[in-house]
Amino acid sequence: MSKVYLALQDNDVSRYIVEAIEEDNPSASIQHMPAMIRIENEDRLVIRRETVEDKLGRDWDVQELHLNLITLGGNVDEDEDQLTLCWKG
Amino acid sequence: MTLEIKTAGIEPIRQTFANISRRFGEKPASRYQEATYDVQGEANFHYRPLWEQEKQLNDKSRTVIEMADWYSFRDPRQFYYGAYVQHRARMQEGAENNYAFFEKRDLAAKLSDELKACVTRFLLPLRHVEQTANLNHMFAADYGYGTALTQAQLFAGMDRLGMAQYLSRIGLLLDGNSAEALAQAKEYWMTDPAWQGLRALCEETLVTKDWFELFTAQSLVLDTLLHDVIYRQLDAWLVTNDGRDLGLLTEFMQECHKDLGRWSDSVFKVAANESEANRQQLLQWTEKWRGKAADALSPLVRDMLGDDALQEALIALDTRIAKAGISKK
Repeated sequence: MSKVYLALQDNDVSRYIVEAIEEDNPSASIQHMPAMIRIENEDRLVIRRETVEDKLGRDWDVQELHLNLITLGGNVDEDEDQLTLCWKG
Repeated sequence: MTLEIKTAGIEPIRQTFANISRRFGEKPASRYQEATYDVQGEANFHYRPLWEQEKQLNDKSRTVIEMADWYSFRDPRQFYYGAYVQHRARMQEGAENNYAFFEKRDLAAKLSDELKACVTRFLLPLRHVEQTANLNHMFAADYGYGTALTQAQLFAGMDRLGMAQYLSRIGLLLDGNSAEALAQAKEYWMTDPAWQGLRALCEETLVTKDWFELFTAQSLVLDTLLHDVIYRQLDAWLVTNDGRDLGLLTEFMQECHKDLGRWSDSVFKVAANESEANRQQLLQWTEKWRGKAADALSPLVRDMLGDDALQEALIALDTRIAKAGISKK
């Protein structure tokens, strides 16, 4: 299987998004690069609004992800509560 | 096609301050963590305070609540000075727009005299209550322990001052900047029998010595009741009695209360979960102040909204007490 990945700008908001992703995807690998955080996982990555809100301490719209997003790889399935990356084979 | 970005990474020797990495591990820390944890001085004071020589300057024993670590009170909003100021500036911008809109359209002229009289009697005197709340939060900021809690108390105190100022501005909008409505409201606060119970209760909070008890009385008991009565029930009454436009002017208070509630909920939850002794103590305080507040508010709420309104507010309060894990329901 191939990996899905996500790269975020390294800033104060992304930090919490990354914490939330870590919590929801225990097997994901997080690579801190200069000014960028790259998150990879086999098959699936899920970002849940509730978890991010919990970490951020405020309301968070899933669309806000794009403010800090550099690139992603995988088929996107998103609604108001989550964004999932996976490869539909 | 995928794009591979190649970079040369240089690892910093230290990710953050030593005290932060001892708490959270050697990884990049947030601004909130660096600006909050272990900031308050704990050792090496030369003198005890002259005004209270039996205690240290920062002393845990100023409340009977005991915590293994006073920094357990992490603010879920993660407000340090910069984040708080930015957040409130945004809220204020919204509020100022609403006030400007209200003035530009001369919406005050659309309000009937009875409605203005009702607002003068039941909403404007609340600014004196907010002033008390400001002093109470400041007291907790002064005598509390641990920056995590004391900085949030200070921010809460400033929020209350802001609410008091917005209430004053509602008065000025209604009386065409003559301040007559404010003088009238002060008169109600000082002499109207309906307000005297609450005024006495406010004065009682001002002389409460245990800062955590004071915080419980203010944030958990009084604020929950007042918020439900004023900003939910009175608000609904205004909507049905042609005072819908006033909602523009109280939006800031509603937002602020919601925000403060999120923070204070977490504080009570942490304190109650720390130990059974804490939970019992908090339960005793909430019962004591719930009784006092119900007595104090009943004449006011009866005049304002009728007989059942206070009961509704008390139900909202009990829900909140249970949610914080103080009462076992």
